[in-house]
Amino acid sequence: MTEVDLIILGAGPAGMTAARTAAEGGATVLLIDEQTSPGGQIYRSIQNVSDQRAAILGPDYGQGRPLAEALDHSNISVDYAATVWRVDEDGSVVYSIGGQARQAKGRHLIVATGALERPTPVPGWTLPGVMTAGAAQILLKSSGIVPERAVLAGAGPLLYLIACQLITAGFPPALLVETQTRGNFFKALKYLPGALRAWPYINKGREMLRQISEAGVPRYTGAKDIVIAGDGCVAGIAFTVAGRRYDIACETVLLHSGVVPNTQITRSLRLDHDWDDRQLCFYPRTDDWGVTSNPVVSVAGDGAGIGGATAANLGGKLAALGALKALGKIDATARDAKAVPLRAALSRETAIRPFLDTLYRPADDLRKPADDVVICRCEEVVAGDIRRYAKLGCTGPNQAKAFGRSGMGPCQGRYCGLTVTEILAEANGLPPSDVGYYHIRSPLKPVSLGELASLADDNNHEE
Amino acid sequence: MFQRLDDPSADDVSFTFDGQQLQARQGENLAAALIAAGVVSTRSTPVSGAPRGPFCMMGACYDCVVEINGETVQACMTAVTDGLQVQRVTGGVDD
Repeated sequence: MTEVDLIILGAGPAGMTAARTAAEGGATVLLIDEQTSPGGQIYRSIQNVSDQRAAILGPDYGQGRPLAEALDHSNISVDYAATVWRVDEDGSVVYSIGGQARQAKGRHLIVATGALERPTPVPGWTLPGVMTAGAAQILLKSSGIVPERAVLAGAGPLLYLIACQLITAGFPPALLVETQTRGNFFKALKYLPGALRAWPYINKGREMLRQISEAGVPRYTGAKDIVIAGDGCVAGIAFTVAGRRYDIACETVLLHSGVVPNTQITRSLRLDHDWDDRQLCFYPRTDDWGVTSNPVVSVAGDGAGIGGATAANLGGKLAALGALKALGKIDATARDAKAVPLRAALSRETAIRPFLDTLYRPADDLRKPADDVVICRCEEVVAGDIRRYAKLGCTGPNQAKAFGRSGMGPCQGRYCGLTVTEILAEANGLPPSDVGYYHIRSPLKPVSLGELASLADDNNHEE
Repeated sequence: MFQRLDDPSADDVSFTFDGQQLQARQGENLAAALIAAGVVSTRSTPVSGAPRGPFCMMGACYDCVVEINGETVQACMTAVTDGLQVQRVTGGVDD
């Protein structure tokens, strides 16, 4: 078993900056990531993209390159292509590389596993040809593959970013179907003064909308009753705007309703989590240094609070400073002094979130869809099933598993957990915080008997 | 349909999906290679037999599982190598 001062899970912006900061502070670091190269999803393939692709992806994407290069430090070792399937409360981690299991133990652990796309359960969202908007971005970043005349549906700035990248690549989307309403806009206005502290983002947003408009890509806002149709694969998308029904033929639909913290590991560690009513998701409870209810476990980046790549970069540094103090590598005075400029930058960086979260708040019918809509993709459980379980006395997501297997497929609730929580909360007249979330247990990802057996070999070699 | 931005003639390896010969780049993401080759549906579900294709491309959703050498793997977490034989999964997704 490998033993280090600090294990960091996830090599996105938070994990990369945490690793460098901790290494410079004298800690030995093991960074573990599922992908074959650093960057996380936001900077996916940052060290392998062609110049053409980097130009399409834009300067924000390029900011990941120095972070990845900074992993070259004698105190940092990195395990790529590693699937973490167990994390224990003492900071030990079990993971597999190429079917071989390994164990490592850190005196401190930073979970930097980022975000997942919030599910957008609409009729037909399980059809081949429907992907998350983030998936299309990954295809572009990692493989230079782009959809022809895609329909982008949902809400949030990522839709505009992808639309602009596709326009730049010469493959403009067919249209944008956006669910935010004028009501969202008026509610968001009160957060606009605060958001102006993050004025570069406002400017970027306006610039993206201008590029979409100039490219002649139509935007339909306030869209309701989205239905993706097709027999075997996507054939079209229908939606209603201002009382008029639109029915548009297409082969690819990219869905997006914002991103939510990936809490699989923090849930498996039984850490305290809180419901956030504005971002409509659970967060692990953390202090100013990202430390959770377990003092040897910290969370950094979007997994601790959705703020985007630059906020994750700053959060990773703060979590590393906190870890260095916990490891006895720096004192509180040095830690606090280094944190001052980081906190100021983080405050500016996250100033836009209340405005964005309110403007692009996913509509109720996307979070709690009609009875016949599949909400658990793995086990094909529909929303009406969950409401039926509630009538039979089901009060929580774990009971719902027993009633009908929702959350028990291979994705382990990643794409239905929040939907089940919100449907049960509504049906039982309880706040989501009282309803809670699935218990997540190891293995965090399906593991073969061969991998389990290889763990015994790993242990034997140590003896 | 999806298109490659890079020169399609740069495809340098071949692999098979349910016996059908397809071209890709050495080391490329298998789910991406299937999408680029025009394969839309990559499996059917164990519950209803409904068709599915890659959805999240980041190893989270398990909708892109395929069978390689008798093992069920996520196509989006697998690299293409020359001669790789990939089968559609039509039963359970667990081993």
